[in-house]
Amino acid sequence: MQIRAPKTKRAKRELDKRAPKLVENVKKTLILHGTKTSAVLNSVLTELYHLKRDNAVKFSKKNENIKPFESGGETSLEFFSHKTDCSLFAFGSHSKKRPNNLVLGRTYDHHIYDLVEVGVENFKSIESFEYDKKLAPKIGSKPLFAFIGEEFESVDELKHLKVVLLDFFRGEVVENLNLTGVDRVFVCTALSSKTILLMHCALRLKKSGTSIPRMELVEVGPSMDLVVRRHRLPSESLLKEAMKTPDHAKKIKNVTSDVIKGKTGRIYIPDQKVGDMPLSNNIKGLKRERREAKQNKESKKRKTESE
Amino acid sequence: MEGSSYQIDLGNLMAYDPNHHFQSIPSSRGELVNHCLEKGTEMVQAIANSLFSLPSTESRDGPVVKLPLPTTKLPREKHLPKPKPPTKWEEFAKMKGIKKRKKNKRVWDEQTSSWKRTHGYDRANDDRDIPILDAKSTDEVGVDPFAKRSAEKKERVKKQEKSRLENLKKAAKAGALPSHIQLAATALPITGTKKDVPKKASKDELESVAGMAATSTASGGKFDKKLPGEKPPKHSGKHRKFLPVVEGKGIGSKEKQQTEKILNQLLSKSSHEILDVNKAVTMFNVKKEKQRKKDKDANPGKSGKLKPNKKSFKKTSTKKKP
Repeated sequence: MQIRAPKTKRAKRELDKRAPKLVENVKKTLILHGTKTSAVLNSVLTELYHLKRDNAVKFSKKNENIKPFESGGETSLEFFSHKTDCSLFAFGSHSKKRPNNLVLGRTYDHHIYDLVEVGVENFKSIESFEYDKKLAPKIGSKPLFAFIGEEFESVDELKHLKVVLLDFFRGEVVENLNLTGVDRVFVCTALSSKTILLMHCALRLKKSGTSIPRMELVEVGPSMDLVVRRHRLPSESLLKEAMKTPDHAKKIKNVTSDVIKGKTGRIYIPDQKVGDMPLSNNIKGLKRERREAKQNKESKKRKTESE
Repeated sequence: MEGSSYQIDLGNLMAYDPNHHFQSIPSSRGELVNHCLEKGTEMVQAIANSLFSLPSTESRDGPVVKLPLPTTKLPREKHLPKPKPPTKWEEFAKMKGIKKRKKNKRVWDEQTSSWKRTHGYDRANDDRDIPILDAKSTDEVGVDPFAKRSAEKKERVKKQEKSRLENLKKAAKAGALPSHIQLAATALPITGTKKDVPKKASKDELESVAGMAATSTASGGKFDKKLPGEKPPKHSGKHRKFLPVVEGKGIGSKEKQQTEKILNQLLSKSSHEILDVNKAVTMFNVKKEKQRKKDKDANPGKSGKLKPNKKSFKKTSTKKKP
């Protein structure tokens, strides 16, 4: 066995960035395509990349041995996910049976966690929208989400798609948010039990009487219809493991910290039952008794001997 | 349209309307888009209402609010980090109650009377910088104490490396190997049979290959840089003997010998005599001597003294006739 450790501090830092942590990094997305793509699909993938510029990796080569829904076709994806440290991926392919196919997937520990296969229809690219360029949302801003439709709750596929889309476009989970930085929203409307309309809009905040500004939506970004074709939910054990939250600090009973005394605790001693306790053999008080007992024994002996 | 009771997840900035469904999808695309935008605006307004009513602090970029934790649970991307098991030293220290002491970055070095760093290049109190070692009564006569000290240090370093490897193996077993370290097995490859394993080249093989490589150079490997411990190349192959340039008058004795040798070989090939006279004479003499010796052994009664029966160990019976 040999220890292989990085030789430079920089390499060590990079490896530590990819280590599992309590509070995780932003999920990175891997965008790639299979052997055959259509023009529509190409623009879908590029625009997805533009939306997620800071934390996305786009591959330009054709990958013919990636078939996410088949058991053997996932190894390449897992390998790429491991190499680029991406836990989300968007795989585009085009065939006669499944035109403009987009597989959105998530990984856990660089193994496939779940998949949703959607078909892209009625795609409108960013260039086709005309709007005031000053409104354009900035890269990396946290988006708002609006999901419309009861189907997102009732239909399994759409329920799954909802969480996947949320995961995809959410970005960093932050505690403090700068209110001037909210400038985009994703509006997803369920059109039927299998189709949704996804729109990306910029926000314009308008003055209103109160401190809360009035919101106005301006469509800027790609708009497409997503038709859910297949999906694969994660296995029970994997789901349970991935949803684990770090243990909250266990409450230690009986210990308090005082400013003056410091850390104090209470000790509970059980009652001493004085009457039942056996006496030890070395008590000073018993000396006389023992001495007397000895003397009596000796005198008795002498008596019997003399007799 | 139902009353606006949306499910708002402020941590994710998400709003969900569970009460909306299309009775009939609007016929034109534009109408559909407008409808969606209207609904979207309402919901975004609802989010903004709750967002802007959060307590905000003023920073130089604008008002900053503290978001609550997201309510929709999303899966992690990697597993939770497992706690490292304590190393052997840590366990021992805990048992004995030994606490860590803070070390200074600079230490006073007695030898050079200056402050030097504790670890690293040009450190204070380095083992190797001691000029004089007092001889102890326990020291043997021929032993180099400096070499002994450096050998001891090497041993300590080796032991430390072994302990480190053991600790890392223990951590790897518990699933808590530090992320920048990998343990690589230096074993044989698993695939294939023993034949596929590349055989380690032996010393002789390497030497011969090195020799071949050397002689294939322009100067026959004579001026190649030699590594420490590499033997000078052996000249295997044909050797030619060149006669001295000057050796007296006329034809020298060595040259005479050489030409005689060649002539004899040539002539003997064409001669019809099968018998080599000199050889035959020598063999006859040797045989005669042996016979004489045998007769002497067979009749030991010639001398007055009693001689023990000597048994000759020579295998005369197995002697082959030329």
